[in-house]
Amino acid sequence: MFGTAVIVFREVLEASLIIGILAAATRTVPNSRSWLAAGVLVGLVGAGIVAMFTDVIGSLASGVGQEVFNATVLGIAVLMLAWHNIWMSSHGAALAASAKSIGKKITDGSNECSILLIIVGIAVLREGSETVLFLHGIAASNNGGQFSMLLGGLIGVLTGIAVGYTIYAGLLRIPMRWFFTATGILVLLLAAGMASQAAGFLIQADLLPSLASPLWDTSAILSEKSLLGMLLHSLIGYDSRPAGMQMVFYVTTLISISIGMKWANRLHKPIAK
Amino acid sequence: MRLFLLIVLLQPLGALAEDYVAIIIKNHKFQPAEITIPAGKKMELIIDNQDPTPEEFESHELNREKIIAGNSKARIFIGPLAPGRYPFFGEFNEATAQGVIIVK
Repeated sequence: MFGTAVIVFREVLEASLIIGILAAATRTVPNSRSWLAAGVLVGLVGAGIVAMFTDVIGSLASGVGQEVFNATVLGIAVLMLAWHNIWMSSHGAALAASAKSIGKKITDGSNECSILLIIVGIAVLREGSETVLFLHGIAASNNGGQFSMLLGGLIGVLTGIAVGYTIYAGLLRIPMRWFFTATGILVLLLAAGMASQAAGFLIQADLLPSLASPLWDTSAILSEKSLLGMLLHSLIGYDSRPAGMQMVFYVTTLISISIGMKWANRLHKPIAK
Repeated sequence: MRLFLLIVLLQPLGALAEDYVAIIIKNHKFQPAEITIPAGKKMELIIDNQDPTPEEFESHELNREKIIAGNSKARIFIGPLAPGRYPFFGEFNEATAQGVIIVK
């Protein structure tokens, strides 16, 4: 039961953290809550479909379809997170102001909301499909003890959601002055971590060279099997044995989005005044 | 004669043999559970899951994870690696699905 709980927890954790951070980051965006909820629903349905067609997806691209699929989905998420962060850095000030003065409408908030739906939908779809497969495997096997294992799965799901809620509640306690900087940095690191994961899948599929495998090994200091390692993996893309190419993706994403945010921020300032 | 034909037909595969390793998953166990490969060389693992349930091939040491649907095959590329022991396991059945790649 405990083993099942840990596996499901690990899968749910990443999606849960993404939702928690985004829910906090967009708390002043009108209707963002319903779009987030819609994203979760779409993601769950998608997870079921992906789980059903695992063998089909896997056999595509001469046997590396799963890696291509994961990398593509992660790539889309990185682009959406980048867009979100750049949009927030140009509208953050306006949003903060509108949160204080009710009635002032943010005209292009709906665009931002559909981006939210995609990011959340993708996160739930990716992590959810693995959970569905795993739990389905348990339910289908006949070696007894299914009930306690499924109970473990439920515990894993609930604990994962609890961690996501904790980060959400924690972020809301940050004073408004620092709030957008804090969530901006979190989303930036989240995106860089996903880009690194995408590179990892493309290396596994032999579509990218590894450049160095691994670039370093810090597994003795901080293992990804530990709770802290798991959290940092989901939050900032911590990898105890990254390939060189993963680092290239990580740093490139980090720099590109940062430049985009700076640029959007500067562009917006004269209008705000 | 039949054996001869088989050898001739398998010849092209033989040429590729040094570049891949075949692993079977059966009853939630890897066969073979211990594989030796040369250092500094890229290698392809062809994993044939003969169980009806899905399995996730995972290795922290190799930095790899891949879901293999029930009754299907998957390809995973690893390396080039430094000499050492690289354990792997099936995440969905960790109690029995254990293996190790030894790089020499």
